[in-house]
Amino acid sequence: MAIKDRMSGNEAVAYAIRQVNPDVMPAFPITPSTEIPQMVSTYIANGEMDTEFIPVESEHSSMSAAIGSEAAGARSLTATSSAGLALMWEELLLAASNRMPLVLTLVNRTLSGPININCDHSDGMGARDTGWIQIYAENNQEAYDNFIQAYPIAEHADVHLPVMVCQDGFITSHAVENIELMEDGVVKDFVGEYEPEEYLLNPGKPIAVGPYSVSNYAMEAKKNQEIALERSKEVILQVAEAFEKISGRKYGLFEEYRTEDADYIMLIMGSAAGTAKQAVDDLRLQGKKVGVVKLRVFRPFPAKELAKALSRCKAVAIMDRCESYNGNGGPLGSEVTSGLYRNKVMIETVNYIYGLAGRDFTVNEVYDVFAQLENMIENGQQAEQYQYIGLRKQEAPSE
Amino acid sequence: MMSTGYEIRWHGRGGQGAKTAALLLADVAFKTGKYVQGFPEYGPERMGAPITAFNRISEVPIRVHSNIYTPDLVVVVDETLLHTVDVTAGLKADGAVIVNTAMSEAEVRPLLGGYQGRIYTVDARKISMECLGKYFPNSPMLAAAVAVSKVMDKDEFIADMQASYQHKFAKKPEVIEGNMKALKMTLEVFENTADENVEKSA
Repeated sequence: MAIKDRMSGNEAVAYAIRQVNPDVMPAFPITPSTEIPQMVSTYIANGEMDTEFIPVESEHSSMSAAIGSEAAGARSLTATSSAGLALMWEELLLAASNRMPLVLTLVNRTLSGPININCDHSDGMGARDTGWIQIYAENNQEAYDNFIQAYPIAEHADVHLPVMVCQDGFITSHAVENIELMEDGVVKDFVGEYEPEEYLLNPGKPIAVGPYSVSNYAMEAKKNQEIALERSKEVILQVAEAFEKISGRKYGLFEEYRTEDADYIMLIMGSAAGTAKQAVDDLRLQGKKVGVVKLRVFRPFPAKELAKALSRCKAVAIMDRCESYNGNGGPLGSEVTSGLYRNKVMIETVNYIYGLAGRDFTVNEVYDVFAQLENMIENGQQAEQYQYIGLRKQEAPSE
Repeated sequence: MMSTGYEIRWHGRGGQGAKTAALLLADVAFKTGKYVQGFPEYGPERMGAPITAFNRISEVPIRVHSNIYTPDLVVVVDETLLHTVDVTAGLKADGAVIVNTAMSEAEVRPLLGGYQGRIYTVDARKISMECLGKYFPNSPMLAAAVAVSKVMDKDEFIADMQASYQHKFAKKPEVIEGNMKALKMTLEVFENTADENVEKSA
């Protein structure tokens, strides 16, 4: 029986953590993810779960401790945001390359500077090449559902990789919305007990974790890691299918919303996808053939699958909530266009940077983006292929 | 065209409980079977800084995740904001604004940027001092928002709030009675003024 409730994104993730009851959670607080370890600590203090909570002195330590406990054979997790994730940089790579199936719940917040506490995807995108699986949520429901699916993906024998479950800081983490929760027993049965094949605290079968590797072998280790990431795509889909059976909610690598006959598609990630869907419904009433592709799984990157999904449209707006500072576009813009090219899908693309450091992104701006795509195709009006939306208008200099 | 339901924008100062009021309103509206959103917009995190909070209340699932620019209702928790913030920006002509002030509706109207729609005033300070002995404007303003928006039945609201406060103030049960009194007293004030106002604008 589904439980109808209302809660914020942070509350939803903390609730899921209580239901999964992992073995170890080292954490260090940082806005806007602070509530997650805070609520988990309360659950533990109230005797509602028995996870070993380790208060540490930094995020460098929280990820190190999570790797240590995972290597020992304990199901582990941590939570962070922004600069906290940046401070974990070295350990993120260690977690993935040592094939530690731990979970990090990331509440997306911009990176400094200027110093700012609000949402964009700079933190997650900064960690995009660390070897982690990254799954993004549109709302509190998806943050909850994605967390429940995280360990079955991470711990699968074909994968053995860490999973980052991401949601938008404040926009979903601090917004109270309706949600459907599952019963504790259903979640526990779905996630199951953690039975690692190999782990440090196993005297019968000693292993080494993280030893030096000479050049004769290190490259193969890296290739194996890449194979595991590629294989995880199939596992993510299998887990989603099993999850649908217990929840009735369908997940994939991405969601296609009213795209069957769409001439123009907006490709977007996170909470703004909901805003885009509302705008698409409004524009459809005017007879505009528009749709949304909401990317859920950013790592592994579903380049081939996206190229296929976009192959029938005339133009796509690729929306980045992150600046890459490469002079050529945002991370999504670069990866989607290279995916289209390699798969010989030669459609028009415009890469928009939006919503940095909490700048609001509105239904009206979605209308503007679709109008620009349409104007480009129908009237030959050239559009800048890489541009910002939602910037303040420049004021005329005063005399 | 957009079906985002009934939209409320709260203007307050950090520490006054505007965010809490928005979250409590989401809470009670949820209990009546509605789809809800309640969320704050954070500026600098300090006491006294202007803050905004938002509610969407709808019969259908809410997907939009932006702030609210054309609200149906604006609630001003701190009247000193009237001099620095354009609180009625985008407020629908057939909407309403509630201001926490000892002033009358006629006195406050010139401070509302020419807004021609319904204006209500409520003296939350007086109600709060009388019921709680301290100045916490959020309970009276929450009751005022329910009275004006009519998003839910008043009796249902009172019953749900009793439960919400018992949960929220589990460690401070002594404040529950005062807050409940503040809610009821505010509703009584609106029993009369709200109807007058509707007649006037009709």
